[in-house]
Amino acid sequence: MQRSMLDLWVGLFVIAGLAALVVLAFKVGNMSSTGAGETYSLQANFDNIGGLKPRAPVKSAGVVVGRVTRIEFNNDRFTAKVTLTINKAVQFPKDSTAAILTSGLLGEQYVGIDGGGDGEMFKAGDNIRLTQSAVVLEKLISQFMFDKAAQGQPNTQK
Amino acid sequence: MLHRLSSSVSALGAQVIDMVLRLGYATRFMLLTLRQSTTCLMRPSLIVRELYYTGTLSMVIILVSGLFVGMVLALQGYQTLVTYGSESVLGVLVALSLVRELGPVIAALLFASRAGSAMTAEIGLMKATEQLAAMEMMAVDPIARVVAPRFWAGLLSMPLLAALFSAMGIFGGYIVGVVLIGVDEGSFWSQMQSAVDVREDILNGVIKSVVFGIAITWIALFEGYDAPPTAEGVSGATTRTVVTSSLAVLGLDFILTSFMFRGV
Repeated sequence: MQRSMLDLWVGLFVIAGLAALVVLAFKVGNMSSTGAGETYSLQANFDNIGGLKPRAPVKSAGVVVGRVTRIEFNNDRFTAKVTLTINKAVQFPKDSTAAILTSGLLGEQYVGIDGGGDGEMFKAGDNIRLTQSAVVLEKLISQFMFDKAAQGQPNTQK
Repeated sequence: MLHRLSSSVSALGAQVIDMVLRLGYATRFMLLTLRQSTTCLMRPSLIVRELYYTGTLSMVIILVSGLFVGMVLALQGYQTLVTYGSESVLGVLVALSLVRELGPVIAALLFASRAGSAMTAEIGLMKATEQLAAMEMMAVDPIARVVAPRFWAGLLSMPLLAALFSAMGIFGGYIVGVVLIGVDEGSFWSQMQSAVDVREDILNGVIKSVVFGIAITWIALFEGYDAPPTAEGVSGATTRTVVTSSLAVLGLDFILTSFMFRGV
C-alpha cells in the first residue's frame, strides 16, 4: 500500500471515530439542552423529598429550567436541604413556591416551581421559603382511612 | 510421601515466583516503552502506520457487531418493556447499556482478538526470525521503533472504536425499535437525550475504553516481546494474549463501573 493511501484510510478512521463521539454527545446525550450556560443556585428546605435524586430536573410550567445539584440533611431543622441550579436567564419572584412532583403515576420525581407575584426576584444563594413536600402514599392512605373512620362514628352511635 | 508433598509445594511456589517475576518484567517493559515513546511521538508517521492496522482494519468488524448488538438489545428490551406499557424508554435502555457497558467492553473484546492477537504474533515472529536482534545490531532500539508506536496506536484507536460501536448500536436499536416495531420516534430520542448525561455516561465510557486500550496493547506487546522464539512459543503467546486481555477487560470493567456508577 502506498503512503498516501494509508494516510487517507487512517484519516477516514479518525474522522469516523470523532464523528461517532460527536453524535453520542449531541444526538444521544443532553449536551445541546443543558450543557453550558450561566446558572445560579437556590436552596429549598423540604419536610420530605420522597424519591428525589440529584440531577433531577427543575421545571416551571412544564419547562426544564434547571437541575437538582445537591441533597443534604439539615440537622438543625430535621428537613432535607435541596440545592437547585437554575438557568441565569430564568428569574423567579421572591414568593414563588417549590414543590416535589411526580411525572406520571410511576415516573421520576422533579421539583416544580410556581412563580409568585412579588416584585423582587430571587438572588443567587437565596432560600425558597414556600415549599411543598413529596406526596407519601402511605400517609395519604392512612389519612383517608382515618377520615372515613371519623365520618363513620356518629352514624354508628345513633 | 513427605518428599512428594514438599516437591509439589515447591513446584507451586516456583509457579507463583515465576508469575510475580513476569509481572515485574512486564511493568519494567511498560515503563521502558513510555520512556522510549519520544522517538515515535516525534515521528507520527510510525503511529499512523500502526493506526491503519489496529484501527482502520478493525472498523468493519466493530461496525457490523455494533449494529447487531444494538438490534438485539432493542428486540429483547421491547419484549420486556411492552409488558409494562413503557416501550417509550426503549431508547434509554439501548443508549445507556451501550454507552456505559457494552460499547467499551465488546469493542475491547473484539479489539483484543482482532488487533491484539495480530500484534503479539507479529512481534513474536520478529523475535523468532531475529529481526529485533538485527535492529539492536544496527543501534536501533526495537522498543522505540516497534513497540512504542503500536502502544500509542492501540491507546488512540480503542476509544474511537468504542464510540463507533456505541453509535452504530444505537442506530441498530433505532432501526429495530422505531422503523420495524414502531415505537414512537419522538419519545425514543427525547427520552434518550434526557436520560444520557454527557459527563456521567459518555465521558465515563470513553475513559473506560482508554483504560481497556492500554491494558490490551500492554498485554499483547509484552506477550509478543516475551514469547519463546519458536513456532509453538508464538502460537502460545497469541492464545495467552486473547485470554489474558479478555479477562483483564472484564475485571477492569467491574472495578471501573463500581467507581463510576455508584447509583448516585
